[in-house]
Amino acid sequence: MATAQVVRSEWTKIRSVASTVWTLSTAVVVTIALGMLISALSKNEFGSLSERERLSFDPTFISFAGTSLGQLAMIVFGVLVVSNEYSTGMIRASLAAVPKRGVFLFSKLAVATALAFVVGMATSFATFFLGQLMLGDLAASIGDDGVLRAVFGGGLYMTLIALFSMGVAAMLRSPMLSLGILMPFFFLISNILGNVSATEKVGRFLPDQAGSRIMRVVTPVDDDTPYGPWGGLGIMALWVIAAVVGGYVLLKRRDAQ
Amino acid sequence: MIELEGLTKRYGEKVAVDNLTFTVRPGIVTGFLGPNGAGKSTTMRMILGLDHPTAGDVRIDGTHYDRLQDPLTYIGALLEAKGVHPGRSAYNHLLWLAQSNGIPERRVREVLGEVGLTAVARKKAKGFSLGMGQRLGIAAALLGDPRILMFDEPVNGLDPEGIHWIRTLMKSLAEQGRTVFVSSHLMSEMALTADHLVVIGQGRLLADTSMAEFIERNSRSYVRVRSPQREALLDALHQAGVTAVDGADGTLEVDGTPAEKIGELAARNGVVLHELSPQQASLEEAFMQLTAESVEYHAHTGAPLPPQQQWGESWRKG
Repeated sequence: MATAQVVRSEWTKIRSVASTVWTLSTAVVVTIALGMLISALSKNEFGSLSERERLSFDPTFISFAGTSLGQLAMIVFGVLVVSNEYSTGMIRASLAAVPKRGVFLFSKLAVATALAFVVGMATSFATFFLGQLMLGDLAASIGDDGVLRAVFGGGLYMTLIALFSMGVAAMLRSPMLSLGILMPFFFLISNILGNVSATEKVGRFLPDQAGSRIMRVVTPVDDDTPYGPWGGLGIMALWVIAAVVGGYVLLKRRDAQ
Repeated sequence: MIELEGLTKRYGEKVAVDNLTFTVRPGIVTGFLGPNGAGKSTTMRMILGLDHPTAGDVRIDGTHYDRLQDPLTYIGALLEAKGVHPGRSAYNHLLWLAQSNGIPERRVREVLGEVGLTAVARKKAKGFSLGMGQRLGIAAALLGDPRILMFDEPVNGLDPEGIHWIRTLMKSLAEQGRTVFVSSHLMSEMALTADHLVVIGQGRLLADTSMAEFIERNSRSYVRVRSPQREALLDALHQAGVTAVDGADGTLEVDGTPAEKIGELAARNGVVLHELSPQQASLEEAFMQLTAESVEYHAHTGAPLPPQQQWGESWRKG
């Protein structure tokens, strides 16, 4: 079983269903459009900000404001890529064709992650430049200290969110269950945990809170987060590894249905 | 060649497949027969390495399924749940299967032609009828030109033309020297296609025999008698030492006594007969007789009996 054959086959699968196009294009459009909108609003409000708030003003991070919503489309992409196999019963055909389950899963994840990486990077750079355009004279430059890292990190963040969702979907199998857990978690629960002072210290170790640190260039005043941008992305990567390993172990052990 | 040895699958307390040992040989169509829920699909999934056996072993040409290099070129299978993404075209469905096993793309066009789906190759699978879906599943099985073919209930949902096509296809595949293993819950279907028969009930092996031998051993002949003087006839038969059992619609069924003798007996006792006809029990009945035990066991555990099996019970009581 040549892995290259399986990768090619997984690429055929992913490019031949409509959900790939609509989930990824939604991620691109929502992230960029919302980023531009928030950037424009922030420019207008800058005059009314306090001195403290001006010190924490992070034009790069502001242009990534659309990520909070755009990542939901990335989650749908990641979930559907894996759970489609189960909801359509295709998993039996897939595992009959590729009985080495590790080869099957990792080929699928490699193809989908590579696609998410390309789309995520393009989105990240586009949202940065368009956001800065909206910010006018408040804009950061890609050459400024830490900005390129933040923009590149934004693409990695989108990729890791998609891969995390694939791992969770591999464990849960059902698309409805996976989305029913991931969507409210990343849209609401994580934000609530991260903003309530009682749970803040735990909340910032959640995958999205830790990972999004990479998109910050200016550290907010009074910030006591115990990790830096790469440290945060590392924490997110640990979550992703746990989800993928969990998905692999369960796939290996379970009957294919 | 498919070899099963003590193959067993348990789900908690429930035994779905119970210590199955048999071999499916090349060059003939082997029918895999059993009532619904007997464990046929589970067995087939274990052959393909999809479900893990609780105990026992199954080998394809002497090798475990997951050790096969490009398994679709060894064994092609049509499973009951076809497993096609509704949004993907027939062509792309076969294409990803072909690519995963290093099968050239030209085979995709060939098998689409073979099953008669060329015209709809670029259409999404969700628009397919049951019969078209079945044809697509068969195309997938044929894709790797495998020496072994396995079909789970292939005639389900097909129109008469499609059924005829499947039967011809299976026979010609076997004539080419391939191993053909086909499951069904219909004895009549098996009688038309299978050369060899493996019967299971409640997951257990009930018979592993040639079709001809199965018919000979399991068919029952009896005489159906109908009379307006039913009691008088029963007395006459009883006096002659002949046992009759109740048949359908007030008829009597007599085993092991020729029709001539019953006719003479009736005449001698002045009993009017409205019907006196020798009957050959159908293969369907032979099959139900064989599986009745497992069906009865079902009844004791409280599961409702499908109607045709209850009907099978009625004549078996004698």
